[in-house]
Amino acid sequence: MNTDAMSTTASGLEADIRLRRGEFELDVSLSVEAGETAALLGPNGAGKSTIVAAVAGLLPLNGGSVRLAGSVLDDPAAGVFVPPEGRRIGVVFQDQVLFRHLNALDNVAFGLTSRGMRRALARERAQDWLDAMDLGDLGHRRPRALSGGQRQRVALARALACEPDLLVADEPLGSLDVTARNRLRRNLAAHLSSGRNGGSASPAARRHGAGGVPRLLITHDPTDAFVLADHVHILENGRLTQSGTPDELRRAPATAYAADLSGINLVRGTARDGEITVADDDPTPSPTGRRPAVVLHAADTSMFGAVLATIHPRAIALHRERPSGSPRNVWRTTAEAVEPLGDITRVLLGSPLPLTADITPGAAHELLIRPGTTLWVSVKATEVDLAPDSRD
Amino acid sequence: MTSTTTSTSAPEPARRPARRSARDLPPWPVALLACIGVVLFALPLVGLVARAPWTGLWTHLSSRFVVDAAVLSVVSSIAAAAVAALVGVPLAWVLARVSFPGRSAIRALVTLPMVLPPVVGGAALLFALGRRGVVGGPLHDATGLLLPYSIWGVILANAFVATPLVILTVEGALRNLDRRYEHAAATLGASRLRVLWRVTLPMIGPALGVAVVVAWARALGEFGATVTFAGSLGGRTQTLPLAVFVALESNRDAAVAISLVLVALSLGLLISLRDRWWPSR
Repeated sequence: MNTDAMSTTASGLEADIRLRRGEFELDVSLSVEAGETAALLGPNGAGKSTIVAAVAGLLPLNGGSVRLAGSVLDDPAAGVFVPPEGRRIGVVFQDQVLFRHLNALDNVAFGLTSRGMRRALARERAQDWLDAMDLGDLGHRRPRALSGGQRQRVALARALACEPDLLVADEPLGSLDVTARNRLRRNLAAHLSSGRNGGSASPAARRHGAGGVPRLLITHDPTDAFVLADHVHILENGRLTQSGTPDELRRAPATAYAADLSGINLVRGTARDGEITVADDDPTPSPTGRRPAVVLHAADTSMFGAVLATIHPRAIALHRERPSGSPRNVWRTTAEAVEPLGDITRVLLGSPLPLTADITPGAAHELLIRPGTTLWVSVKATEVDLAPDSRD
Repeated sequence: MTSTTTSTSAPEPARRPARRSARDLPPWPVALLACIGVVLFALPLVGLVARAPWTGLWTHLSSRFVVDAAVLSVVSSIAAAAVAALVGVPLAWVLARVSFPGRSAIRALVTLPMVLPPVVGGAALLFALGRRGVVGGPLHDATGLLLPYSIWGVILANAFVATPLVILTVEGALRNLDRRYEHAAATLGASRLRVLWRVTLPMIGPALGVAVVVAWARALGEFGATVTFAGSLGGRTQTLPLAVFVALESNRDAAVAISLVLVALSLGLLISLRDRWWPSR
């Protein structure tokens, strides 16, 4: 079994974390392959930060092991423990934790000088990193004099400057306001450039990215997890309750928490006067040659340009007949799948806009929904939330 | 129109500030006792200033007896503050960060000089390090070194009473420091000593600064332990406070002059501390 783990993740992270902290018990196994972004998604108190501490070596394991890039970092049974300063793990801490007595440049250079680089050279490198983060002329500023988004980028540069074997980001967008959050999510996506969205990475990001390194993203926000990660692990009460791609979680959530998180509909488009022309992500051509553009109406008319629209699955109403009345968004579609999830029934909708709708089992029964059933969808304009798009 | 608005709204702003300031006024017993407190502290200063020999002040201060004491005081208090920082900071770190059996006992032991009468501290030092002391005897036989009645004795006595102030202040600052800064430094590859030197100490810098200055001030004013352990030998172990005490018997004007200098120094110190460190924390 050990040789198995070694061979599949020669340059990845293989963590089997068993930890007790008072009453709380953590028992989590997860692996992240090189070049992959895994998200650890869970509510507050689920043990997310404890996992960060265990992986980084700030908290020794009680059992299990942590392996990275083929070497054992922690294995209490074998008596192995590599202290944090001996691990090559870049951590972006919650609330950044920038050294407030150092300016941005010296914050980024800190890891390089700690690893023995001459100060002048370290500062040169750090300047390159700040340039890559569009912070080139802010190097002399103390963290206090930077905005939340700028601090976050300094923290990311500081973690990446040491060229770590693993990047861990603990709630990297947690302390930011909505605008900064969306702008930074785009920045993160570029720097976490994996094969999936590598095309969107800027040249600077490709040079100064975490391209081939495994990345672990800790978050309580499903949008961050589903937009940024290739694999999502759901952590509840110290245990992983489900792991899979965002799409797998959406189709078959294993717990009520997973169902609630994974049902969120994310739609990319271009906004103008409250009308969102939805981007066509589907590369397969329609039978008629060109797909008709789908236009969503949102109550928010203030936004222009690329947007990320979120629609809660419970905000989507389904009908057998074309509904009359006020809903601004009405279209016809087919049900692709129907998943009973206990208190709710999840209906996955097909073309022209693949959305997830949660309705009561009673309503599903009444509507006689089966895969292939033709349905009318209605969404009130007030239920379409807009944010600037995080992706280039 | 204008007149009606002003007449109806006039009582409003007038009543509100009145109520607010009434709440800020203390009840009369509190005010009375607070005033007595101020008088208690102001009266001695008034006495000192009233008695001051303003015309001959400089003559008194430039006398050999005063200059010797001043030089000794400055040198020994700075040395004592340095010793207090050198020993106190590591001790504070251990007390704040390492949990071991007997930690409370150690903390009580090292902060004892704060509550102990300084004379008792000086006597204890004498019994330990004096010529016939438990450690002092063998030390003198082996090296010829004699701590009491020397400048080393003055420094030691000063450090003995000043170090606890550094320990308590720095330990508090270390406990208040968010450990995640040190964690972040460790994940960036910094050794534990580098974390201490480049992150922990700079981050508790203001508290450390206050601690050292307060320790220095305590050493400068130290009397009881010094006179007991090091004596009051003019030009050798007689610091400014000891000089004041001696001068009170022989030369009152000189005693008042030195006292004024010490008061000015202490006041200046408190004001500079207030401006530099207190508001920012």
